[in-house]
Amino acid sequence: MSEIVDILISASFWAAVIRIATPLILATMGELICERAGVLNLGIEGIMVIGAFAGWMAVYQGLPLWGGVAVAMGAGMLFGLLHSTLTVPFGLSQHVVGLGVTLLATASASFAYRLMLPEVTSPPKIEPFQPLHIPSLSDLPWAGEALSQTALTWTAFAVAGLVAWVLYRTPLGLAVRAVGENPAAVEAQGLSVTGLRMGAVIVGSGLMAVGGAFLTLSAFSSFFFEMVNGRGWICIALVVFGAWKPGKAVLGAILFAGFDALQIRLQQTDLGAVLPYQLFLALPFILSILALILMSRRAEVPASLMVPYNKGER
Amino acid sequence: MSQNAGAEVVLRLDRITKSFGALRANDAVSLTLRRGEVVALLGENGAGKTTLMNILFGHYVADEGVVEVFGAPLPPGNPRAALAAGVGMVHQHFTLAGNLTVLDNIRLGTESLWSRWHAGAREKVQRLSRDFGLAVHPDAKVGRLSVGERQRVEILKALYRDARVLILDEPTAVLTPQESEALFATLRKATALGLSIIFISHKLHEVMAIADRCVVLRHGRVVGEVDTHATDKAALAALMVGGELSLPRAEARAPGPVLMQLDAVSTPDRGAAPGLKAVRLSLRAGQITGLAGVSGNGQAALAEIVAGLALPGSGAISLRGSPVARWSPGEALARGVARIPEDRHHQGSIADFDLTENAVLEGYKTRFSRRGWMNWRAARGFAEGIIRDYDVRCPGPETRIRLLSGGNMQKLILGRAMAPGPEIILANQPVRGLDVGAIAYVQGQLIAARDRGAAVLLISEDLDEIMGLSDVIHVMSQGRLSPGFARGTMTAAELGLWMAGQKFGDSDAA
Repeated sequence: MSEIVDILISASFWAAVIRIATPLILATMGELICERAGVLNLGIEGIMVIGAFAGWMAVYQGLPLWGGVAVAMGAGMLFGLLHSTLTVPFGLSQHVVGLGVTLLATASASFAYRLMLPEVTSPPKIEPFQPLHIPSLSDLPWAGEALSQTALTWTAFAVAGLVAWVLYRTPLGLAVRAVGENPAAVEAQGLSVTGLRMGAVIVGSGLMAVGGAFLTLSAFSSFFFEMVNGRGWICIALVVFGAWKPGKAVLGAILFAGFDALQIRLQQTDLGAVLPYQLFLALPFILSILALILMSRRAEVPASLMVPYNKGER
Repeated sequence: MSQNAGAEVVLRLDRITKSFGALRANDAVSLTLRRGEVVALLGENGAGKTTLMNILFGHYVADEGVVEVFGAPLPPGNPRAALAAGVGMVHQHFTLAGNLTVLDNIRLGTESLWSRWHAGAREKVQRLSRDFGLAVHPDAKVGRLSVGERQRVEILKALYRDARVLILDEPTAVLTPQESEALFATLRKATALGLSIIFISHKLHEVMAIADRCVVLRHGRVVGEVDTHATDKAALAALMVGGELSLPRAEARAPGPVLMQLDAVSTPDRGAAPGLKAVRLSLRAGQITGLAGVSGNGQAALAEIVAGLALPGSGAISLRGSPVARWSPGEALARGVARIPEDRHHQGSIADFDLTENAVLEGYKTRFSRRGWMNWRAARGFAEGIIRDYDVRCPGPETRIRLLSGGNMQKLILGRAMAPGPEIILANQPVRGLDVGAIAYVQGQLIAARDRGAAVLLISEDLDEIMGLSDVIHVMSQGRLSPGFARGTMTAAELGLWMAGQKFGDSDAA
């Protein structure tokens, strides 16, 4: 027991929590925007892969790190355009299209990788984002270490704040929230349901791709095919966990990241010698499911989530 | 002519034509609206009223014809242009987002998406709700409002955008009489301030009360345009349905044996809705049993028992004198119980199924399949028979039922229920929301079923309907059932006392 307490009060643990939460926060914000507009984006997993690949490849080809972030975002938006074109004006099944986009994006990354690096046996490394030194904050004894994070992490938290502000404080956000609830209300007020939904999916997909790019440009320095490893699906659960609210979704991401950081450390304790390590790997998922059940009981689901809107249909 | 005859023309529809597949919903419809005037658009369900207004507002694009607002043609298929031209629409099915507040619903889309909010929206909403008598709190979540309050929000939405023309699509269909009165007061204030109103309805007394002029549609065509001061309800009704029409009244008839008997049936309360309290009811062959009462007094629970959807907590059901052991919807159907459900949209039909599929919903396992294979030829023939015999107006049996008007949908459900020749017919609010022609038709069919020996249980909140059709009347109040009163032995006022629950003390003692 005291081992767990030791872990929980260590600054390195909290630094890891925030680092692990970063891609989840970015991608969850992306998914949240899509779902608030009424479109479930199951392309998230593949879009994170393509973001991780495109950002890393761009930097490897000589672009600066922020250029890599921009390329990743653009790649994500391209797949968002594909997804939203099929699901919004054509009104196709969001499940089928989403899974299709995931498969296509993942395969595209794999294809482009083989095409661009036919000879290599192990993926080349790049020079990733370094932790930001913030005067006075970084010199604090405990917090300095916990908050030793890269610029992309700080950006993720800023993005979450921005998403919350836009959703709840601007005419644009109001329109997005309304179109996910009742598109007929939006149309009756003279706004374009198609424009709003497509815009939300494209921007949201861009954010998912940046979440993926964090993995190659900040967390690690290279690209592996399995590196996204189900994070996209976690983000879909986090949106539900957060009851479609940005603040609660960020808390959910931190909670999940906490479980994840904890299980790695628990494996190295005496407990790890007794229990199989697979149990520790499963821990964050089990705890997340429990939290999900407890938290999402009274959540207000956007009423028109997954309901395509056909103008003029009775 | 009305007092507005010389006023400025604010809106002109010229020869609007619109077809949905083979169905011509509007056929060269023209209409003029002047400043400060209320024009009623009157017609049966399916006459094309809503289609016409959806074209005006830009939800649909007309095949032919022009819409002019203040003399300028309105670009088709563009609600934004209609809003900008000063046309506001209060839809029959509200277009509100339930997760947003009243204020947010009203100001949605009123400002550029790329700007921030401008101050003063709340003040403007408050001023409008004061001026027009539309009391509603701007910060209330719309999802929590009553139907009447939601309608006020819809009207406020139009007023907030400075609408000069208000279109109200069947605005009173969902309102209580008191709420309707308040709405009329609002509309009178609006016309006094120079707004013009198109009021869509099929309720004649409302049209007479509020409108200056009345345009009557039938089968998508204008069949008459009259000044309400120079006409009466009978003349309007005749125009609307294309001939003289009176509602059927059932003549007294000797009842047959008891087909279904409920003995001391009780069910648990469900939240605010009371369960049944030791209900004893006999349904006799060749007799219409009317069940009167204010909505939510246990009628739904009783209907579920009769239809097999629920089992009694205590008490017994017997059919033709023998108690039933098993009771389920399938069992009820097999034993000759036919159902006309209260909510034809959610309980009576599946919106995206076509008429054939909807017609065989109750018999697909027994009458239209063999060894697990559907016999679609027989199913289609059955649907065609209903369409023909029950006068369901539709392009054909492959039409999705959601495209039908309420009256035609109800005729299909009626035909489906009647076709197997049921012994017991549960008719729960069979004519709610229907127009005069459809009401007469449905009621006539119920009487015909009685005359050939069926037992009919008619549940209705409309006392006139109950008193006109029933051979025996029971009243429900708080889950208790009154004794049966034979036709003509009770006045409406006496039934009203039973409905209010004041008489039940006597019968408990007896």
